[in-house]
Amino acid sequence: MGTTFESWGRYPTVEPSTVVDLAWTQDLNLRGVQAPVLAYGKGRSYGDVCLNAQGTIVSMDRCTRIREFDRERGIITAEAGLSIQELLRVIVPHGWFVPVTPGTKYVTLGGAVANDVHGKNHHRVGTFGCHVTAFTLVRTDGTVMDCSPQHHAEMFAATIGGLGLTGIIATVTLQLIPIASRMIDEESIKSRSLRETIDLTISSDEDWDYTVSWIDVLASGAKLGKGLVLRGNFSAVADGTLRAPWKEPLLKIPLEGPSWLLSKPTIAMFNTVWYGKQFASMHRRHIDLEPFFYPLDAVDRWNLLYGKRGMLQYQCVVPLEGGEDAMRRILSTMQGGGISSFLAVLKMFGNVASPGMMSFPRPGLTLTLDMPIGGKRMFDALDRCDAIVHEMGGRIYPAKDARVQGSMFRAMYAQELAAFQPYIDPGMSSSFWRRVTQE
Amino acid sequence: MATQECTRIVIIGATSAIAQEVAKLYAVQGARLFCVARDEQKVIAVASDLRARGAEEVSVYVADLRARDVHADIVARSQSVLGTIDCVIIAHGVLPDQHVLDHDVDATIESFMINAVSVISISHRYAEVLEQQGSGSLVGISSVAGERGRASNYAYGAAKAAMTAYYSGLTVRLRPAGVHVLTVKPGPVDTPMTKGIKMPLMVPPRAVAADIVRAVSRRAIVLYTPGVWRFIMALVRAIPDKLFVKLTKF
Repeated sequence: MGTTFESWGRYPTVEPSTVVDLAWTQDLNLRGVQAPVLAYGKGRSYGDVCLNAQGTIVSMDRCTRIREFDRERGIITAEAGLSIQELLRVIVPHGWFVPVTPGTKYVTLGGAVANDVHGKNHHRVGTFGCHVTAFTLVRTDGTVMDCSPQHHAEMFAATIGGLGLTGIIATVTLQLIPIASRMIDEESIKSRSLRETIDLTISSDEDWDYTVSWIDVLASGAKLGKGLVLRGNFSAVADGTLRAPWKEPLLKIPLEGPSWLLSKPTIAMFNTVWYGKQFASMHRRHIDLEPFFYPLDAVDRWNLLYGKRGMLQYQCVVPLEGGEDAMRRILSTMQGGGISSFLAVLKMFGNVASPGMMSFPRPGLTLTLDMPIGGKRMFDALDRCDAIVHEMGGRIYPAKDARVQGSMFRAMYAQELAAFQPYIDPGMSSSFWRRVTQE
Repeated sequence: MATQECTRIVIIGATSAIAQEVAKLYAVQGARLFCVARDEQKVIAVASDLRARGAEEVSVYVADLRARDVHADIVARSQSVLGTIDCVIIAHGVLPDQHVLDHDVDATIESFMINAVSVISISHRYAEVLEQQGSGSLVGISSVAGERGRASNYAYGAAKAAMTAYYSGLTVRLRPAGVHVLTVKPGPVDTPMTKGIKMPLMVPPRAVAADIVRAVSRRAIVLYTPGVWRFIMALVRAIPDKLFVKLTKF
């Protein structure tokens, strides 16, 4: 009920000392508030970028008003607490969709900017920040800055992917993309090896706006990296579905699951069933955008299934050259560390550059795994994965992280950090930021 | 019961959290809304939001409702803007800190002027309008706090009790004219008004708003929201006075 502030991974668990329950962005005034300050949206980042132990949390949950919606040009300005879920209900009936969406619709616009989120169409259109035309930033000294590529351009670049450290994002202006239908034409292709998964991804990226692969993390040897390559395009047929009603989640997880629920044997079972459920080498579907983009949203609060210990997500990107080998090494390192992942996702990032200084995506292969919090063996294995990623010139994604060593993070983002540092609001910080810059 | 389309709507206290959510639900249906609130900047932000969500037209009226002389003008303006009025929602109010009021009679009366007197003044005028129209709904957002005075919020509760009794009478009076009156009694709602107060069974304003819209279309008379409060308050009312006075924490 807005009184607990945790991240989606529910790890680490820390408490802010003060909470500002912001009802109106007009009332945003951070002078006199106990530093350090951090804005909090829906708490859907996995690690600690949205946490602020012993600091002030400004809850943006009530700031969901739309300031302006140009239905002809598809430009919308809204308060930063508005979620993609609510936004879609407003824009889809008028034939518009968000240009970029993460795998859940329960993220706020402010969070999407601060983490410069990406989606299945990164190879086509880049990150969320590539489509943000302006935003309003409120600094802790009371300065209000209207940022755009033309105005306060450097602060604009620092804030996109700036992890909420440059000030509080009060409103966001976004260029939307036109759609004729809610429906997606989807193909799911079985791949038998990592090589095949990557090749299918590369060939799919030419004709498909949305591509992503699910990988069976338990397969090893020659089968390592086998999985399902998913690709989809919005249907171009104006079929009258734009005004169709929205569905509520099918299932709501009421409380924490027991620790065995998502443990190695059950995860193995899931992966086998998931891969095995498709017998044909290719499967075509005509499906609604919700199950296509947001399959996990059908189970409300699925993170509770991981139980009290919580979970981690690990996402890295490495350049395509040598990327296959790196992926192989990372997957084997995970297996060697006893890590079993419920979902492992492989995706190719394209070369559309984000305006964001600290933005995570770079051209290459990105791998995402989630896993229940384990012991030292797991953390050590992830450190070894970091070393492989860094050696390849890659990096990990702060929005998913709760454990990277500070020195490793600083090495991965060395250049970006130097450019970013001057734009940080001295009154703001996060648990993540203190961990990676001080430890 | 017959459902009735609600397209021309007056909202008094349009920047309140519950009112905003109710207005959003009607905006999506393409309603025309007349929004009254004290803070100009905020009510303009609300109006923009409602337009973006699909309201056909949103008019804004800025007024401090403590000044009773503006009430007649509000009613007249809303009538000239909307023509026939389908629904009037009275949602304004304050939740004062009872500990402060305990030793401040002026502040106690002041809160009563807002929560009860201004509500009756505005409702009474709209009652006339709807009666003459022979149609429409008048919705008053009261509270379960009006069912029994408690040490922790009896000033608020007294005003809500006045409002509830007033609405109960109005319901009967306007019924022959074909006018529907709804008394809404929310339990604790998670709004800026209840900031810092932790209560059991707290619900988001969105849930209350959905209940209200449903109750208006069904022409319900009294709405407890969430519904469990109907039973809880029946029990609270049944507690003997001798026991009730001992519930000091209540």
